[in-house]
Formats: sequence, structure tokens, C-alpha cells
Amino acid sequence: MRHDHLITSKQLSRADIETILDRAAEIDADRAAVADRHAGSLLGLLFFEPSTRTKMSFETAMKRLGGDVVDMGSVESSSVKKGETLADTVRVIEGYADALVLRHPKQGAAKMASEYVDVPLLNAGDGAGHHPTQTMLDLYTIRENAGLDDLTIGIMGDLKYGRTVHSLAHALTNFDARQHFISPESLQLPREVIYDLHQEQDAQVREHETLEEILPSLDVLYVTRIQRERFPDEDEYQKVAGEYQIDEDLLEAASDDLTIMHPLPRVDEIAPEIDGTEHAAYFEQAHNGVPVRMALLDLLLSNDGGDTDE
Amino acid sequence: MSDDHDHHDGNADHELRVSKIRDGTVIDHVRGGQALNVLAILGIDGSRGEELSVGMNVPSNRFARKDIVKVEDRELSQDEVDVLSLIAPEATINIVRDYEVVEKHRVERPEVVVDVLSCPNDGCITTGNEPVTSRFEVLEDAVRCSYCGTIVREEIASLIDTA
Repeated sequence: MRHDHLITSKQLSRADIETILDRAAEIDADRAAVADRHAGSLLGLLFFEPSTRTKMSFETAMKRLGGDVVDMGSVESSSVKKGETLADTVRVIEGYADALVLRHPKQGAAKMASEYVDVPLLNAGDGAGHHPTQTMLDLYTIRENAGLDDLTIGIMGDLKYGRTVHSLAHALTNFDARQHFISPESLQLPREVIYDLHQEQDAQVREHETLEEILPSLDVLYVTRIQRERFPDEDEYQKVAGEYQIDEDLLEAASDDLTIMHPLPRVDEIAPEIDGTEHAAYFEQAHNGVPVRMALLDLLLSNDGGDTDE
Repeated sequence: MSDDHDHHDGNADHELRVSKIRDGTVIDHVRGGQALNVLAILGIDGSRGEELSVGMNVPSNRFARKDIVKVEDRELSQDEVDVLSLIAPEATINIVRDYEVVEKHRVERPEVVVDVLSCPNDGCITTGNEPVTSRFEVLEDAVRCSYCGTIVREEIASLIDTA
């Protein structure tokens, strides 16, 4: 993989994705082998929105590679509060760090920021846009549980604002994957994502409003939170919320091999009774954030493109 | 052949309502009602003393009604006229010198337009106070913000940055 920045999953070919996932698997199998690989390197964390898993997994990943992090801290305690632009912030922190991780509430923020810096920049979520490193750990988890070819996947919930969904949907077009999108009409995929999927001639995508018709055929069900705050009133939310909750009764119609994923945090989309079943892969998915982000950082920080034959 | 005596439409009397120009550019066959948007997309508002003639909704054989824009003492570049294709895809551009049309060409759709349109997505980084220049890819029937990906098919003229 030879990229300066990771802004969207659209920039990654199937070969790029497989390189990242294979490297993550190597690291996962033997973390001690890379414990000092990036000693002395610093990763700049710029989170303009709250984050738990993404931020902590990047921090953990960098430290497990022997490096360290410098953290901008909260927006309230940073120069942003004084009116500094993002363009200036990234140019300043670039002078401190060897790579940058950026989360920002504005779509396109990572792309713009990458135009101002020479060190690698990783998009850790830009508004309702993209979240490509989440996609890599999602793909890693799917590959471990169901494989990435001859895959039937249902992606359900808030598809309109869900940046993890936008990135995942495009990445899956690199594989033999049939994608079924399940959401209330008001939260369907944005037309730019649909446009991208239709541009991929082999993309197999269908949209649904209910899960039941497609559930028995799924290998993977990827659930995202129906965001209450997106609805104009509570009644509208309550009408659809119950339609998109997973419990044991619903899963009677599912394949025994169904893998259930969720980028977390969940609220009530997946009943706790599912957690102990063979279906549940969402905590494993979250744990995979560390080896996958270790692999991404290793590939982007290494002058050898991540070649481990030293 | 003089610029506005181009009688393709056989409506010379109507076209003569807009005076001939000696030197400059005539943008003809603009869809009716789009002339002011053409000026906006070219950043021409008359404030620099440019001599302008605008004919709106004049009869045309090609369209039921068309607009004509004449800009005195200014020859538009190909880059400038190409962005017109977003709102006036059938426009013809006549470069006039000493009352004669010396060049005549059609607009062509560019691959990108830079610093012309504003993104309608309030959540786009280009709508804040960042030092970023708007950039749109031109699709077959739409434009797409290069930063947030928003696709606009209708009302492209409403995105013209007139600031």
C-alpha cells in the first residue's frame, strides 16, 4: 500500500485492503514482534468530536508499536476555542508529530486538512461522510467470521448519516458481496453514496424497509443506531424504532451462522440476550480496532511500505 | 457577419433590441431566464464599469425563448465560457472585433469548476471559515462537491457564488 493519507475507503483497491488486513492478522498473531517497530514516532490525535473507541484504539495501537501520542485534547481547551482554523491547527501539529489522526464534525474536513500537511493523515470520521479505519476493522471482522467473497450482508439502521456505513458500502464493492440496506425511508442512503455504488458496475445492492424478508439469507447483519435526534418528533421515532431491534425471537428466522456486528455504541438496537450467543461479534469487532490500526499506522509510517522481511 | 445580425433565428428585429457591440463577447442561445446567472457565474455585475447588454426571453427558433448577453471590451477565455455549460449548455460564444464575429464556439463541459459554486451542504468544510476554495466535479447531469461529495442535479444556478 502506497498512500500518503487515508481519507476515504474509495481510494483503496482490493489489493490495498488485503494488504492492510493481512498485516493486521500478522500483528494480531504476534504483537511482540512489532513492539518496538515505531519507537520514537509520535502520532498526533486531533479529535474535534467526542470519541472513545476510535481515539483509545489509535492511542493503544501507536503505543503497542513502541511509539507515543500527542493529543490536542478537547476543543474547549484548545486554540480552536480562540477561533483557529482547522487548516492552521493541522499545520502546527504536523510540526510535532509523524502522522495525524483527525475526527471533525464537518464533511470533507479530512480531505481539506490533508491538502495542508505532508505527514500521513488518517480520517477518523468527518461528519456524516467517511470513517475508513472503522471500515478496515469491520472488514477484518467480516473476513474472520464469514469471509469476504460470496458474502450476503445486511446493513441496517441510520444509513443516511452513518459514516461507517458509507465507507463500508463502498469498500465491499471490491468483493463478491451482495449488499442489502435496511432502513426507514427517511434514513436511506444519501444519493451520493448510491451514485458511487451504481458507478461500480459489479456492485450488487438492494434497499429494503424491513429486515424480515431478507434476514434468512444473510451471512452478516451490520446494525447501526437509529438516532433518535434525527427525527422531527418522538412519535415518528417510536414508529420505526421497534422495527429495527434485534432479539432472540427475531433471530429464529436467521441462519445459525449469522454474524451480527455493530460499530458501537449501541442503545437498544441489539438486546443484551444476544451478547452471549455465537452471533455476537460486536465486541470482537471493537477489539479488532487495535491490530487493524497498528497495521495502518505501520504501513503509513514505514518507508518500506510495511515490508516485514527485515 | 456582424454579431447580433446573426440571423439564425430569423428574429433580427427582436435581437436588435439589444445594441450591437464593437469589441467584446456575445453569449447567445442562453436558455430563457438564465442571463443573470450567466453574468453571476462570470463574476460580472457591472460594478467595474463594464458595458453590458442583456436580452431576456427574446423569441428564438431553437428555444421558445432565449437570452443574449453582450459584454463590451472583454473577450472571455475558454475556461470562463466552459463553466457556462453548467447552466447554459447550448450557448454559443461569439468573439467580436470591430463589429465582426471573428471567433464562434460552443461551450464545453469542464471536468471541474473551481471557485464558482458554493456547496449547499451546511455540514461541508467549505461552508465554514477555512481557507479552502470550492471545487466541484462535473458529472453527466450534475455537479459534485469534491470535499463532502454532495451531488446537485437541479438548481445549479442557485449555487453560484456571487460573494
